[in-house]
Amino acid sequence: MSKFQLNRRSLIKSGVAVGAGLALPTIFTSSARAYLNEPKGDTVTLGFNVPQSGPYADEGADELRAFELAVEHLNGGGDGGMLNTFSSKVLDGTGILGKKVGFVSGDTQTKSDAARASAKSMIEKDGAIMISGGSSSGVAVAVQALCQEAGIIFMAGLTHANDTTGKDKKANGFRHFFNSYMSGAALAPILAKEYGADRKAYHLTADYNWGYTTEQAVRESTEALGWETVNSVLTPLTQTDFSSYIAPVLNSGADVLVLNHYGGNMVNSLTNAVQFGLRQAEANGKKFEIVVPLYSELMARGAGKNIAGILGSQNWDWKLENELGARYSGTNAFVKSFGEKYGFPPSQAAHTCYVQTMLYADAVTRAKSFDPCAVVEALEGFEFDGMGNGPTLYRADDHQCFKDVVVVRGKENPENEFDLVEIVEVTPVEQVTYAPDHPQFAGGDLGACNSGA
Amino acid sequence: MDAIILQILNGLDKGSAYALIALGLTLIFGTLGVVNFAHGALFMLGAFCAVTLSRILSLSHVVIDESRKDFLGNPMKVEVPYLHEWFGPEVGATIIDWSVPLSILFAIPVMILIGVIMERGLIKHFYKRPHADQILVTFGLAIVLQEIIKYYYGANPIPTPAPEAFAGSFDFGVLIGFDANSIIYPYWRLVYFGFAMVLVAAVFSFLQFTTFGMVVRAGMADRETVGLLGINIDKRFTIMFGIAAAVAGLAGVMYTPINPPNYHMGMDFLVLSFVVVVVGGMGSLGGAVAAGFLLGVLESLASMGWVIDLVPGINQIIIYLVAIVILLTRPRGLMGRKGVMEE
Repeated sequence: MSKFQLNRRSLIKSGVAVGAGLALPTIFTSSARAYLNEPKGDTVTLGFNVPQSGPYADEGADELRAFELAVEHLNGGGDGGMLNTFSSKVLDGTGILGKKVGFVSGDTQTKSDAARASAKSMIEKDGAIMISGGSSSGVAVAVQALCQEAGIIFMAGLTHANDTTGKDKKANGFRHFFNSYMSGAALAPILAKEYGADRKAYHLTADYNWGYTTEQAVRESTEALGWETVNSVLTPLTQTDFSSYIAPVLNSGADVLVLNHYGGNMVNSLTNAVQFGLRQAEANGKKFEIVVPLYSELMARGAGKNIAGILGSQNWDWKLENELGARYSGTNAFVKSFGEKYGFPPSQAAHTCYVQTMLYADAVTRAKSFDPCAVVEALEGFEFDGMGNGPTLYRADDHQCFKDVVVVRGKENPENEFDLVEIVEVTPVEQVTYAPDHPQFAGGDLGACNSGA
Repeated sequence: MDAIILQILNGLDKGSAYALIALGLTLIFGTLGVVNFAHGALFMLGAFCAVTLSRILSLSHVVIDESRKDFLGNPMKVEVPYLHEWFGPEVGATIIDWSVPLSILFAIPVMILIGVIMERGLIKHFYKRPHADQILVTFGLAIVLQEIIKYYYGANPIPTPAPEAFAGSFDFGVLIGFDANSIIYPYWRLVYFGFAMVLVAAVFSFLQFTTFGMVVRAGMADRETVGLLGINIDKRFTIMFGIAAAVAGLAGVMYTPINPPNYHMGMDFLVLSFVVVVVGGMGSLGGAVAAGFLLGVLESLASMGWVIDLVPGINQIIIYLVAIVILLTRPRGLMGRKGVMEE
């Protein structure tokens, strides 16, 4: 029978043993809670939040195709696509950090609340480590804020409003797509060159955040080159027939109509403008012109013949490398992979989503961790090439990519429904770069990264 | 002045669409007593009849053109419409170009059939149910129909242009003594307005001057008594549902060149059309047409720059504002009949 005896030595021994015992689970816990949704098994799950219903469902479908292709390439499938042209060479087709890439998808419905709900579900139920996709700035801003709160990286899809990397920027959010300021800066010199510096513009602007920032960007850029803005009218987002807004334009003293509309709004307003003879009209002794600052391939398809001759800007075009050379390498690799898999060339929405997925995977690999704060550090100030846009910088100050902007014009005689625009010019990145504290982006703060720990 | 005339023209055009949809809505309500929230979907289905016929007429076979390359560098696949081969490129192109007007002939039987199937297959089971049930089931049906269309045609608008002969616009101002270029108006919108007028006149004439119409009107006034006279009023009402569907469908067919159709276009018109019916007076055909044009014109006038400057946001609420005023002063609407929806 032993007798329990408490002395200094046994007290220290017991204390160490108990302390170690108590600390052990804490170490495990702190490791488990290092960051949210840390991948434990041999797979990692990405969350692709795209519009699968609603007016942008077709654009969402194209985004999803690109995401699937990116996952395939990351896992070593297919021909590797842009992995072969990407300037960073850390991705080797074995997944991300040796983990096979899986994905879940959600439906944003192009509604902020629905998009947040689906992102939340993918984060909480499916354990998604990163959220990407989307076709609207309202959705992007809402989901970006959610990801910031949750501690998840958000790689934005198609979002063009300045606010995404302006007043609503977040440390956990990154945008590869260009923005309204860049559209204005890229378009203005070409508008002045094509239509002259003495022009009077009439703006029709969709009555929501993206419309305001796009109008402001185009106004400021064109006015700086000598244009005058004679009027600016806000149109309801729900408007379908724009005839009552278009009809007064011709007698307003304007000789250019700028349609700050996107999606169905743009298809209808442009169709109405052409119906009312604006393309054939003359004003102030000049040919009347219509400008659409941002349009996608799908919108061009919806507008049909009416898009012919209309100048606009794009983030990327599938013909870039063929027409403008090796500076845009990666374009042909992506078009080949996408085209062979799906039978038609990719849209700019598909391109940005594919690139964002690759950039995320690359950042994780370089950081050697899925920890969002490590990923943020790896992406901030990252300079890369070979992803189709030429040399690109992910600026640390606002998490906005800076690269060349494509100015396009609707083709007069397209050969097929995928060849609706021609590249007019590519505006070099220097011309579309702005200071982080530029007034059009004022008011935001990135804040600190959140790993969800 | 020219600006006001231009906006009145625009309003009449918008009003044409409102009036045609509201006419069908009130026709169904007046005959069957059903509040049909799927009526906007019928407008949309009509528009897609035009899209479908256009695609049928454009059916092609693929020819490989070795001299041209596609985006992947493979020989280009060129689609040659069968009509070009059967009738020659010129005649074939003309037939395809006229696909929207030709769709009228295609849409009438298709829409009547859809209307009859909808009424016999679903809506008749809800005649004796409360209006709330009818609204729910027809609204659900509208969602199902638009999702079916989206599945087959996608969510993107589909350009369906007017024939080349009606493309562009003309100087309406010169015709009425104004300066050149003061009132420019698109040809097709004028066609749409004329078409709406003819269609409204045809429906009224049918109801006014045919025995069938007389029986329907009698049934609308007193269904039970007409039934007691040995007339199968249900069968006639089913046919009226088909006719109402065809009216909405034809409004949709002719609307396609104005705005490229998409699966959601019916919903865009639905709420406004209900406001039109309520303002015109539930069950009143004349009221629906008059209110359609009235609200269309007011909406256009409220979109004028100086009006918006005077009352910001008026363009977005004018229709509802007018509806409130009319319902406060004339609770049955402009031409509402006593006893309709008042039990």
